[in-house]
Amino acid sequence: MAILQIRQAIRDAMKEEMLRDERVFLMGEEVGHYNGAYKASEGLLEQFGPKRVIDTPIVETGFSGVGIGAAMCGLRPIIEFMTFNFSAVAFDQIMNNAAKIRHMTNGQFGVPIVFRGPNAAAHMLGSTHSQAFEPYYAHIPGLKVIAVATPYDAKGLLKSAIRDDNPVIFLESELMYSVKGEVPDEEYTIPIGKADIKREGKHVTVVTWGQGVPVSLKTAELAAKEGIEVEVIDLRTLRPMDIETVITSVKKTNRAVVLFHDWPYGGVGCEVIAQIQELAFDHLDAPVLRECYEDVPFPYADNLEQLVLPTPEKGLAAVKKVLYRG
Amino acid sequence: MTAAGPTEVSYEDQLKAAFKDQSKDDILRDYLAMLRIRRFEEAAARAYTRGKISGFLHLYIGQEAIAVATQQAIQPQDRVVSAYRTHGFALALGSDPKACAAELFGKAAGLVGGIGGSMHFFDKAHQLWGGYAIIGNHIPVAAGHAFASKYTGDGAVTLVFMGDGAVGIGPVHEGMTLAGIWKLPIVFVVENNQYSMGTPLSRTLPVEDITSRAAGYGFKSDRFHVTSVAETRDRIGAAVKRAREDNQPTLLELITYRFRGHSMSDPAKYRQKEEVETWRMQDPLERTLRALQLLHGFDEAALEQLDGEVIAEVDAAYEFADKAPPPLPEARFANILVGE
Repeated sequence: MAILQIRQAIRDAMKEEMLRDERVFLMGEEVGHYNGAYKASEGLLEQFGPKRVIDTPIVETGFSGVGIGAAMCGLRPIIEFMTFNFSAVAFDQIMNNAAKIRHMTNGQFGVPIVFRGPNAAAHMLGSTHSQAFEPYYAHIPGLKVIAVATPYDAKGLLKSAIRDDNPVIFLESELMYSVKGEVPDEEYTIPIGKADIKREGKHVTVVTWGQGVPVSLKTAELAAKEGIEVEVIDLRTLRPMDIETVITSVKKTNRAVVLFHDWPYGGVGCEVIAQIQELAFDHLDAPVLRECYEDVPFPYADNLEQLVLPTPEKGLAAVKKVLYRG
Repeated sequence: MTAAGPTEVSYEDQLKAAFKDQSKDDILRDYLAMLRIRRFEEAAARAYTRGKISGFLHLYIGQEAIAVATQQAIQPQDRVVSAYRTHGFALALGSDPKACAAELFGKAAGLVGGIGGSMHFFDKAHQLWGGYAIIGNHIPVAAGHAFASKYTGDGAVTLVFMGDGAVGIGPVHEGMTLAGIWKLPIVFVVENNQYSMGTPLSRTLPVEDITSRAAGYGFKSDRFHVTSVAETRDRIGAAVKRAREDNQPTLLELITYRFRGHSMSDPAKYRQKEEVETWRMQDPLERTLRALQLLHGFDEAALEQLDGEVIAEVDAAYEFADKAPPPLPEARFANILVGE
């Protein structure tokens, strides 16, 4: 087992898939000569050349559309957004073309494409660069949405995403590219649509994904000091969602908190809660709570930003609240 | 026209000059191809009025020569990408009129199974790659088709069509920028039909000549009034050749006119009768008809016989559509994701 950073796991996944399939190419801003704004494509231009590692001007709508058009011709593009905040200007391409083409053409055309890049808040980037995009994309039939939090998951799921015949949104995090973890030396993939129990426990289920995962694990550590055993479920795929794993856990713990890096209103967290109440209502001993961003645009100032973010301490408070402790 | 004899004579002389180098068979072929689209569109309008077609219906009446010329200018591996005024392209490229009509009626036998409707015609087997109804968002997609051609070396040229109303929107600029940087085998065609829905060009374009933008992308360009299939085919063909042989994109502006409103809900009260009549004299279908009369002696009986045959094919298509079954209920779950 090698110890890799998430950025290296992502690079290795792209490298292996590009070696495996000549139809796979990487396109985006600064992916080639600059080696990626966050170095997730380091060395790929050198290895594969400019035909398959393609720098673009700053035209997210343009290169997203080009990727979709190329995918309709049978290629398998990986489109990198420098941040998903910039995907907002390509939203029409993803919503109206990537997600709709197969349906709208009655199956004449498919769009096997991956849109990947960092998502949600980093540190002190202000309101326009600190947003989580999973609610927008997970809302749309025709897309798959993945959010990763470990090098192992990043590599295994990105490889599956590249091989998938559907459009896949693959969410990373600026703050987590340096997170290290074990990655097998041999070939492996992780199926899309399977959650992972990152920590077992019997008192409270914490459902999380992406940047919420390390916060949830620290929450569980704090809780353990107070004798509370938290089960942390990393959804990993937000659409399709592995609700079965969540429900199995809730039926064991009877209590749940959804902890995530996004606003509370109308998002994936709400979907998790809706499904829990629908499928495990009689098993709940307390209302399901959300711990997430405060419902405000992100401020730049460090002290204000810290107040907006979910923290292990806030997570612990939510865990104790569903236990009616404290 | 209110002008007296001399104008009429000069119109005829001009027509004769324009068509004298074409064979009778070619003129007849072009006439029938255009007439077929026009009769199909007129039948669509009637079916819409009778409530057989819903949603938005944008007719191609007046612009038929462009689709017919395009079919003549391309090779079997090429791709045609259009916006939402697409019926003419489908028919010209060889789509089954029955499948086209059935799509308008929302039937399972439709071009895309009744899922897309008038604005979303796709027929891969006949080189029709859309069918896009969000203005301008097909321009980067078409550039992506051309990118794939360069990537795989498939030798295909992509021709992408848009209306004059599309040229201000962002994706058009971005798609053209990338085609220019990467030297993609693509032809951008603006079908300038004078109106962006109900708004004339003078209020939507900062400069009258849309092709003046070509320089900014490093494209070649060409701009002309569409008055015949032959000339349109040759000038589109020159752009296709540049794309295929030199990876040189071209921006074409084809000046044309739609005789109907923007869609069936538009009575087109924003234009004067005189304006419409002036354009009628330039209508490629009308001109081709007159050429058959003036140069090749087609009389009323012969023309009516031809028209009757075209109308019979169109009527059969609409009758088929009317009787065809709707999609099965489970069809709404098909083709959302694959491999589930």
